[in-house]
Amino acid sequence: MAVKKFVVGCFDDEGPLFDAVKKVRKSGYKLHDVYTPFPIHGLDKAMGLRDTSLHTAGFLYAIFGTTSMLSFMTWVFTADFPLNVGGKPHFALPAWIPITFEFTVLCSCVGMVITFMYLCQLAPFVKKHHFHLRATDDKFVMVIELTSKTNESEVSSFLTGLGATEVNVQNAETGWWLGRYDKEQKLFVEGQSETVSA
Amino acid sequence: MALLRYESQVRPPLVENDKNYHQVTEDIVRPIEANPTRLWWIGFLISVGLLLFGVYSIYREVTYGVGQWNLNKTIGWGWDITNFVWWVGIGHAGTLISAILLLFRQGWRTGVNRAAEAMTIFAVMCAGQFPIWHMGRVWMAFFVLPYANTRGPLWVNFNSPLLWDVFAISTYFTVSLLFWYSGLIPDLATVRDRARLKWRKFMYGLLSFGWTGSTKHWQRHESLSLVLAGMSTPLVLSVHTVVSFDFATSVIPGWHTTIFPPYFVAGAIFSGFAMVQTLLLISRKVLNLEEYITIEHIEVMNKVIVLTGSIVGVAYLTELFISWYGQNPNEGWAFAQNRLNLFSPYGWSYWLMMGCNVISPQIFWFRKLRRNLVVTFFMSVIVNIGMWFERFVIIVTSIYRDYLPSSWSTYYAPTIWEIGFYLGTFGLFFTCYFLFSKFFPVIAVAEIKHILKKSGESYKKNMYHIEKESTEHFYNEVHHDHH
Repeated sequence: MAVKKFVVGCFDDEGPLFDAVKKVRKSGYKLHDVYTPFPIHGLDKAMGLRDTSLHTAGFLYAIFGTTSMLSFMTWVFTADFPLNVGGKPHFALPAWIPITFEFTVLCSCVGMVITFMYLCQLAPFVKKHHFHLRATDDKFVMVIELTSKTNESEVSSFLTGLGATEVNVQNAETGWWLGRYDKEQKLFVEGQSETVSA
Repeated sequence: MALLRYESQVRPPLVENDKNYHQVTEDIVRPIEANPTRLWWIGFLISVGLLLFGVYSIYREVTYGVGQWNLNKTIGWGWDITNFVWWVGIGHAGTLISAILLLFRQGWRTGVNRAAEAMTIFAVMCAGQFPIWHMGRVWMAFFVLPYANTRGPLWVNFNSPLLWDVFAISTYFTVSLLFWYSGLIPDLATVRDRARLKWRKFMYGLLSFGWTGSTKHWQRHESLSLVLAGMSTPLVLSVHTVVSFDFATSVIPGWHTTIFPPYFVAGAIFSGFAMVQTLLLISRKVLNLEEYITIEHIEVMNKVIVLTGSIVGVAYLTELFISWYGQNPNEGWAFAQNRLNLFSPYGWSYWLMMGCNVISPQIFWFRKLRRNLVVTFFMSVIVNIGMWFERFVIIVTSIYRDYLPSSWSTYYAPTIWEIGFYLGTFGLFFTCYFLFSKFFPVIAVAEIKHILKKSGESYKKNMYHIEKESTEHFYNEVHHDHH
């Protein structure tokens, strides 16, 4: 787990974000992420993120559900336990449609949620660095990673120029960890980090 | 961007008054952070009391057997299965609001979907109790699962609608829970990041799974919500269809009808919306959320109630017609004598059902009555009484006089433990709902923020000026945007 240095710019409104993202990408700064209190349609495209394949995963889980349940019931009623109920056919496909359907939906949904949690690294007790506590309330937080080619004052003034109302520099761990927020990996508290310009 | 944000002036605002993002958070999260009110405690304790009475009723039933209920030949299904179908039906409105209205892009669902989904989950929990405890030897309940066992292996019967029910209800519960909770995660993170108290930070930190609000995560979250909505839509229709198969695939007169699946689904949505109204009318008042669950939301839901109530009415009439047109003497008897005849032992319940479900909701054709909170609350209770009697009519009036007149049952009335079980599920439902309204955001915070700039009152006012502009100007602006 690597601790890196970031310049954090907070916007009060989602309006300037699109323009800001465009300019950050054009100027070659390393855009770490944008944290928003609600999904902003089109921002992922503007940031150059590719479409998620989560729905494809859901489709694969669904196929697994359909085939496994159908073949299981077929095996039970034709091979393992062929029960004669009034001479009705053992392979009773129409009667198996409800269960096959329900199991398809179950597999797809459970699989997708687990995949989602895995991809986003979401789980109970997981801790992550929060660049700004109000990113889940009303602030739109753009985080730019500092590299050897960029210096913080330059990036800070760049972000202010884009309309950020609050800019600061943070050393942060980018991954997740378990346990507590200790001294190095603490939650961001206003005033405790270096504030370059307001 | 101008085009995407456009919403017609004809549509009333979904969020009243001049709100910004922070105020939305404040308004919705504040009841969670405040101490519970006296009213909350009273309601909560009454619910827990009911729940405990239900637990004792079940204790009696488990210890002394199903004989504690007044079920007997020929009425083997009485209050318990009536209650089961009633509770499952109530759950359906939550999924309709959260999933089907999401696919139809109905903005108003954002104000009510969280509470409605919670209602779904609690209602399905209550529903599940009835078939489980009706098994009698409940410690063998796991026999309904198809697992490799040492009894043969003796498999479950995959051709039985009762087993389809096991799969349908358990899938429905699981998927509803996942859908609800995945939507809650960002809002729980909002509560976590505002928390001052240590235990609150810990609890909501635990519950919010380390959500940060990253754009990539939001993108996946959107995709997940959309697919879960797409899966839930056929699922919710299938669940009550399968419940109706419990009856429709039998050969009992009054049950053996092909109209049951659509008729049950419409009835489920009907009763579910009534329950949503009951809950939300109280919640918006007690939690001060009248600006988010507006009179517009109430009115729209009343429209759904009058629509589905009328569909149910058409189904009732169709059933009657077919019982005559089909010329099956047993079915004709079941409808003409056991139901329509007001002076037969259960004739009153049929007409009570007709009055509550078909006739009374017609008052919602009037705008004034749709927007009247007292009338709405009263009607929401009436509809749920009516829908309970619908299930009672279907179950009891079809089986209390079977093919053998000598075994025709005397008047069936529930015992106190049968009633206690039903009251107990009310206790369970409201205990869960009270806890939910205290510890979770009752309205989807992130979703309200998402629609705020389109449907919030202050933003609609700005839209008025845009609408005044000439089409040419608008075209030029959009054209300019594309460069």
